Amino acid sequence: MDYFDSLRAATPARLQIGRTGSRYKTKSYLDFRAAHAAANDAVMSEVSGETLQRLGLFEVRTKCKNKYEMLTRPDWGRCFSEETKAYLKQHATVGADVQIYCGDGLSAPSIAANVPDMLPMLRLALEQDGITVGKPFFVRYCRVNTAREIGPLLDAKVVCVLIGERPGLLTDESMSAYIVYKPHPEMSESAYTVVSNISRFGMPPVEAAAYIADVIREMLKQKASGLRLKL
Amino acid sequence: MKLQTTLFGKPYTFHSVKEVLAKANEQKSGDTLAGIGAADAKERVAAKYVLADLTVEEVTNSPAVEYSEDAVTRIILDDLDRAQYEKIKGKTIGELRETILDNLITGDRILTLARGMSSEVIAALAKLMGNLDLMYVARKLHITATCNTTIGKPGTFAVRLQPNHPTDDVKGVTASLLEGLSYGAGDAVIGSNPAIDTLKSTSDILNLFNDVKTRLHIPTQICVLSHITTQLEALKAGVPMDLCFQSIAGSEKALASFGTDVDMLAEANELMRQYGTSKGPNYLYFETGQGSELSAGAHNGADQLVMESRCYGLARHYKPFLVNTVVGFIGPEYIYDSKELIRAALEDNFCGHMHGLPMGCDICYTNHMKADQNDCDSLLVMLASAGCHYVMGIPQSDDVMLMYQSTSYHDIAAVREMLGLSPIEPFREWLESYGIWENGRLGKNAGNPRIFL
Repeated sequence: MDYFDSLRAATPARLQIGRTGSRYKTKSYLDFRAAHAAANDAVMSEVSGETLQRLGLFEVRTKCKNKYEMLTRPDWGRCFSEETKAYLKQHATVGADVQIYCGDGLSAPSIAANVPDMLPMLRLALEQDGITVGKPFFVRYCRVNTAREIGPLLDAKVVCVLIGERPGLLTDESMSAYIVYKPHPEMSESAYTVVSNISRFGMPPVEAAAYIADVIREMLKQKASGLRLKL
Repeated sequence: MKLQTTLFGKPYTFHSVKEVLAKANEQKSGDTLAGIGAADAKERVAAKYVLADLTVEEVTNSPAVEYSEDAVTRIILDDLDRAQYEKIKGKTIGELRETILDNLITGDRILTLARGMSSEVIAALAKLMGNLDLMYVARKLHITATCNTTIGKPGTFAVRLQPNHPTDDVKGVTASLLEGLSYGAGDAVIGSNPAIDTLKSTSDILNLFNDVKTRLHIPTQICVLSHITTQLEALKAGVPMDLCFQSIAGSEKALASFGTDVDMLAEANELMRQYGTSKGPNYLYFETGQGSELSAGAHNGADQLVMESRCYGLARHYKPFLVNTVVGFIGPEYIYDSKELIRAALEDNFCGHMHGLPMGCDICYTNHMKADQNDCDSLLVMLASAGCHYVMGIPQSDDVMLMYQSTSYHDIAAVREMLGLSPIEPFREWLESYGIWENGRLGKNAGNPRIFL
């Protein structure tokens, strides 16, 4: 192994794939096509009831009825029906310091892959510091901007959405955390603090949990998030 | 002002220039989402007929956002060359379209006239043009800009080397960087999107780029695409930086959603002039993309092509070195499939060039839209033929941080070879000195990054 090999080992990028003239070798061309096929499938798959049961999450859904609506109607994927809101107020926690919830977003596989290692650690880290954490739940057909409704509805100081990222070719399991201090419907997008690329190929979920807990502590202290938060 | 027409015996009446522009736009899922697109194909064409007969003056006087309400509108209208505007204000949009398509008018003459066109007027022209029209005009417009090297000379086609890494690991970034150089990528800029937007991460990667650039004597420019405030912190701390990057949008409110404003952009330009490590006079790098205003709830009822064109009106104020549309990144809510993707890319390339900008394109798609690598292949050849200044170079087109696909090191080499295009001049000589580029195509050492160690 030479020095370049040691550099190359530090990235999952598709390097050293060779060439025939200025085009790809047959195998690397087909490997790419296979990865794209898997990514397409991840977008369209659903998080199963079994998975949610195992994770101890109850389920609500946005105004979207299916994946197609989720993909083309961001305005529906960020809000809930009146019945769902009432259900949330009854079954979730009102008035916690922090409300964490999970959403499928664009990758169903990301939930089963990351939440088991991340969510319990994150809760524990916060609760050890005397921060109250609302009962977590799962939102199907979920967009990040559900936070704008969830925050005021459950009267949480900080809202943290753990949501499936758009799958790449490297992995269909990546998750992001969108964290925001006192979200509301009119807030600017720049109010979110984002931790992205959470997966075994990027930031490991355990490490992400510790980092997110630090971020949330700072938000509660500085009473700010996004660009206004100094980390 | 005439806002009605009859088509196939049916009368069509519109209520404003903004509505005519929106309904005359080619199909985009974002306009449908906003509820402002044409109801059907006939209404779309009816709006195009009405638009063709509106004068330049009428369109100029109907900006997407009021002058008094929006800093972007003020920049666009205050920057208009009044002498050029006077020459064209009485023409209809249909007549102006024919003027710029005439093969007897030179590219330089079009660019001079275009200084009298508002972003809405330029968008209006695009709405009356087919894909080939858009390519035909853009190709004639030769626009250069200089940072350390000069981009945009005829016969060149440049590449941003984009060595992104999921956690900004410096070793991993170095591997992608060296391999990209070995395929001839990196003459537009060596620029990475950081996974973590902190001063430390931005500084670490800028220092890495500067070390490699200095050690290998690479004639190019370096940039890390973190938020503008992070980059300015790095700049003030003395970190080497050739270009300052920011994503921009076509209204003041949308700019605010990106955490920036017109004063911050002006300040960045001035700080780069004073403290940047590049020669200049062009120091900024902007990214745009149709749909970002609607995504931020800041489109003010205007369609996404008009709002995109206004990004270029804003950009031209700051004389940037690079501008590119990230055309397929935003998702199917705004650009649904490959047909919309290709159309939007050609519109953006045209509108950017008409604004006198060194215009590139991130030819890309995400895995939740109806497009694939074959569409990127097609669009790459179209844009390279249409005077596009630069595209992205990524290992096998797969960005392992941003999780989307763009164009690859291999793709750039193939299209340069096919169309007889070269890397930027001093960079080409540098590649030749390493045996990476020989006789207009990849040379014997291409694809071997070990030659740099």
